[in-house]
Amino acid sequence: MDTTKLTIKEARSLLDSRKISVTELTRTYLDRIKTYDDKIDSYLSVCGESALEQASEAQKLIDSGKGEMLCGIPLSIKDNICIEGTPTTCASKMLENFVPPYTATAVNKLRAQNSVILGKVNLDEFAMGGSTENSAFKKTKNPFDTTRVPGGSSGGSAASVSASLALGSLGSDTGGSVRQPAAFCGVVGLKPTYGLVSRYGLVAFASSLDQIGPIGKTVEDCAIILDGICGQDPKDGTSLSYEAGASYASAVSGGIKDYKIGLPKEYLTEGLNSEVRNALYKSIETLERLGAKVEEFSMPSLKHAVPAYYLMSSAEASSNLSRYDGVKYGYRAENCRSFNELIGRSRAEGFGREVKRRILLGTYALASGYYDAYYKKALKLRTLISQGFDEAFSKYDVVLHPTTPETAFKLGQNTDDPLSMYLADIYTVSANIAGLPSISLPCGYDANGLPIGLSFTGKPLGEREILRAAATFEADFAPEFRVPVL
Amino acid sequence: MKYIPTIGLEIHAELSTKSKIFCDCPVGFGGEPNTRCCPVCTGMPGTLPVLNKTAVEYTVKAGLALNCQINEFSKLDRKNYFYPDLPKAYQISQFDLPVCKDGGLTINTPEGEKFIRIERIHLEEDAGKLLHDSYDNYSLADYNRCGVPLIEIVTKPDLSSSDEAREFVEKVRLMLLYSGISDCRMEEGSLRADVNVSIRPVGTDKLGTRTEMKNINSIRGIARCIDAEIERQSELLDEGEAITQETRRWDDNKGESKSMRSKEDAHDYRYFPEPDVVPISFTKQQIEALRHSLPELPNKRFAKYTADFGLSETDANLLLTSVSLSDFFESTAKECGNPKAASNFIIVEVLRRLNDSGLAAEAIPFGGNVLGRLLKMVDGEEITAANAKKVLADMFDTGMEPEAIVAGKGYKVINDTGEVENTVREILAANEKAVAEYLEGKEKTFGFLMGQCSRALAGRGNPKVVQDILRSELNRLKGSC
Repeated sequence: MDTTKLTIKEARSLLDSRKISVTELTRTYLDRIKTYDDKIDSYLSVCGESALEQASEAQKLIDSGKGEMLCGIPLSIKDNICIEGTPTTCASKMLENFVPPYTATAVNKLRAQNSVILGKVNLDEFAMGGSTENSAFKKTKNPFDTTRVPGGSSGGSAASVSASLALGSLGSDTGGSVRQPAAFCGVVGLKPTYGLVSRYGLVAFASSLDQIGPIGKTVEDCAIILDGICGQDPKDGTSLSYEAGASYASAVSGGIKDYKIGLPKEYLTEGLNSEVRNALYKSIETLERLGAKVEEFSMPSLKHAVPAYYLMSSAEASSNLSRYDGVKYGYRAENCRSFNELIGRSRAEGFGREVKRRILLGTYALASGYYDAYYKKALKLRTLISQGFDEAFSKYDVVLHPTTPETAFKLGQNTDDPLSMYLADIYTVSANIAGLPSISLPCGYDANGLPIGLSFTGKPLGEREILRAAATFEADFAPEFRVPVL
Repeated sequence: MKYIPTIGLEIHAELSTKSKIFCDCPVGFGGEPNTRCCPVCTGMPGTLPVLNKTAVEYTVKAGLALNCQINEFSKLDRKNYFYPDLPKAYQISQFDLPVCKDGGLTINTPEGEKFIRIERIHLEEDAGKLLHDSYDNYSLADYNRCGVPLIEIVTKPDLSSSDEAREFVEKVRLMLLYSGISDCRMEEGSLRADVNVSIRPVGTDKLGTRTEMKNINSIRGIARCIDAEIERQSELLDEGEAITQETRRWDDNKGESKSMRSKEDAHDYRYFPEPDVVPISFTKQQIEALRHSLPELPNKRFAKYTADFGLSETDANLLLTSVSLSDFFESTAKECGNPKAASNFIIVEVLRRLNDSGLAAEAIPFGGNVLGRLLKMVDGEEITAANAKKVLADMFDTGMEPEAIVAGKGYKVINDTGEVENTVREILAANEKAVAEYLEGKEKTFGFLMGQCSRALAGRGNPKVVQDILRSELNRLKGSC
């Protein structure tokens, strides 16, 4: 069967009408992984045996008419999301042999619906990076051009969905880590409102910014996965209590007639690649043709989003990653004669360069004497940026912007230039800073045939508005939509 | 004394919540290492802390008991440092917005009453414990204590002697005990203190350089440590040397402290707001509700015991040493309606029994109201005081009701004067020699005859009635001679 254009929704109807079995579907994906993942390198571990067991359980439920929306749907999980008994490495030598005795709430919820977990996929070490090149184990390739990066840090998630090595995936997004790789790999990625999905079991990078999000082939697929993983969790004190309402999957229809869409001027600066800019303007025309009103607005605080983001995220990371000290689990340096040597050498040998860079940056930002100048200022910017968005959403239903300033770059191109790597996050970090939902979907392809991403950002808990805008655009864009040729 | 000491305390008290501050693990003491911990309190990757509401409420109660203001908005912060007993490498604590601030307690000093200010009380998690094996040169970590909720009570430097510090800690301890928020078992480390000491020459105002002694876990140790440090600093100043600002480790066995780290080596804890726990907020109504939920505190009880009940200060303090004892006393006093008698009987008889058996007041197998019923019988002259002691012994041994013991043993006082008269006459008839001696004027013999009568009445005779009848019978014999 051709899975390259298969969506969760289509798979659902194939499964429910018994045209295929869950085992057949699962085997198809496992076979594709065997055939193509040597080329893409998206998986860090494949759970073939347990996936087939889960498949036959799911089939029983379907046969008894009790299968829910995600029952029997084969998914991949970013390897910083814990699954009991399965290695969770965070693509770090530090956690190479770490097997958690607990499962992330989001995965528990997927399993409660009898989704099939195909395996764990690659990322930048501890989710720090935008190319998945910072993995300690392998470099994932972009399915549209294997000489290029898939983006990051959820590069394994985006590549596995793009290459049809999974029907959908869970990634995590701290500053764009779901949306940017989705854009690079020509798929859809959604970062939910902070607190909509439990973070329990997601290995923390920057706690106040991290959020688990779905990656799928379509907007509706992302909505379906979001329906499966959202909800308040007693194990996460920052998860939101909110009125549930209708499913997110049902929010995709209805069109965008009379939608008011804002476009921040600050995002249209010289760093924006001309092909991406052209695709953005073409998209605006499409949106207007579909009945929306698009206008530019100014939000000066956005200019400071990247430095504010790197200060906050690195500060929190420096603290969150302190627990990897070689004492209880994870990498431990050998032949140490003191605690200080044990911790120093374990961390020096166990962490990669980018992780160490952020730990140093964050430690510095929090040091007494520098706190007010850096971390505290970043917190003030956070307030300013949130206020700016509040104001914008008093005028607009959604905010529109490019997902990235450029399309996927060559492997190795930016590895020695952290600053330009950081600037690649320029359009995505503000949604994390303000805790807003944001979705990226394909809106065009550049001269090299590389996908270009378009983002809609919504007000807190405004998932329905951005899903509807994105799905409406997507339906119109469908004839141009491409899948990679492997 | 040539120097004036200035002393401040940081008192850590473990809260007696059922579960830990951020997870469901039980709070306890001792036991097998690493049996009361889970992925959350050991900070495993991906786990998250969820704040225990009761721990926050206990902190508010501590603040109210210690006359603090409660911040309607407070937050938790991370205190970052590496140590093997701290599995996340940060302690979740409070930095600039503690739950309670600006309180204090009045203590008694030889110079009169003195108010010791409390700067703040904040909530935090405890760390684990390391067990060092110096012989085999390794250390083992026990994470059972990780995540036990702690409050830290920080005083202003208002104390000036070890006696004041001792008095203050004892008062704080009682307040926490009565608030029902901490067991304050110092021997189990559930109450410990850091001590800050500086001295300055008499006649000067500028405070001297201070040193800090960490983790002292007895009130006696706190006092000894302060005295030793004042002496050490005085000797240095006497010799013209400077005091180094440093943290010192107190060795209670040796009675001396050793330098741990100097100011230059002090940790930079890189405090920042804890992103995993949402800030704490209280409404005024919630704070007032917690205030009303506090039991009567020892200072109020002391006033009641001395002023209303007429007890001596010594007796009042003795009854207040434990919450159970004080509650037991109040319930006894209420039932028998005679607080003074209740206090005397409890202090003399009940405490003796507890001391002899090495038991605490919690272990008394009957309620204060039950003892009150016994004392009511004594007051009503239904049984004698001597028999009441025997009843008490039976109550401890058998757990039986006093009424049942009195009935079973036949302790009920004989108020039938006819029966007493008959017994007295029988005794007098059987003791002719003693009667003769008495009639010759040997008053001493009266006591002997009285004893004989009591024995014959098996202790049930109302002593006053027996005495009256014996006297009048003897007088009758005298008259008839």
